[in-house]
Amino acid sequence: MRHAATAAAACLLTLGLGACSERSQAFDATAARPDSPGWRGAQNGFVAPGYQPGDKTRWQTQLRQRAQTQNEYVKTN
Amino acid sequence: MARMKFICDSERCIECNGCVTACKNENEVPWGVNRRRVVTINDGVIGQEKSVSVACMHCSDAPCMAVCPVDCFYRTDEGVVLHDKDICIGCGYCSYACPFGAPQFPSNGTFGLRGKMDKCTFCAGGPEVDGSQAEFEKYGRNRLAEGKLPICAEMCSTKALLGGDGDVIADIFRTRVMRRGKGSEVWGWGTAYGRAPHPQEKPLAEKS
Repeated sequence: MRHAATAAAACLLTLGLGACSERSQAFDATAARPDSPGWRGAQNGFVAPGYQPGDKTRWQTQLRQRAQTQNEYVKTN
Repeated sequence: MARMKFICDSERCIECNGCVTACKNENEVPWGVNRRRVVTINDGVIGQEKSVSVACMHCSDAPCMAVCPVDCFYRTDEGVVLHDKDICIGCGYCSYACPFGAPQFPSNGTFGLRGKMDKCTFCAGGPEVDGSQAEFEKYGRNRLAEGKLPICAEMCSTKALLGGDGDVIADIFRTRVMRRGKGSEVWGWGTAYGRAPHPQEKPLAEKS
C-alpha cells in the first residue's frame, strides 16, 4: 500500500513538473505546411515540352540544361 | 544539385524593367506589389551609374525566417525560401529584417488594410499542390515544377539577370567576366549567400 502511494506520488510529480517544461526554442522547425518537391512535377498543362517530370535526376538535368539558355557564349549565331 | 540563386550583372542591366513586367504578368501580381524591381546605384555619378534588378535573393541564412513570429517560412531542398500565406499574419517584421526590401504587402483594402506578405517565390509557388489553381492564385506560377526557370531571368533581353542552379550561373558569369575583363562584382551576393546556412554553424576561425 505504501509502495503504491509512493509510486502514484512519483507519477503525479513527474506529470506535474512535465507541464512546467519549456518547448524547444531551436530554429529547426516551421509551422508551414509541407510542400511537395519540385521534381514531382506540376499538375497542369504547362510542363516544358519534351520533359517528363517525376524523376529527380532528370529534373535537375532539365534545369541545368535550361540554365544554359542564359549563356550566350554557347549559342551559335 | 547546388542551390538556386540569382545573379544580376550590373554591367549588362539596361534598366528596361522587362523582368519586373514579366514577373507581374506571369504571376498576376496585384497592384501595389512588385516582387522584383530595378534600382539605380550611384545615381547621378557620371560613369558609375549601374542598374540592378532586385528581388528576394533566397538567402542562405534568411533574416525573414528568423524574425517571423508565426514561423510561416520554409526552405525547399533547392534553397528557395517560401512562405505559407495561410499562416502569415501580415505583421511586417520580415519587411524590416530583409536587406533587399523583398517582402511586399498588398494594401488595397478599406482603411489601408495591410494584407498577407507577398514576395518572389523563384517561380516555385507555395505549399499548395504544385501547378494547381489554388497555388497560382496565392503564390503565382510554379515554373520550377514545370521544368523551367524563373521568368524574369529567362526573358531578360541582355541576360543581365541570371537565375538557376548556383554553380551553373556562377560559371556563366565567370566566363563573361573573363572575356570582358571587368565587372566581377556581384551585387548582394555577400549579403545573401555569405553567411552560413545554419545559425548554429560558426566560422572556422571561431571554432578553433
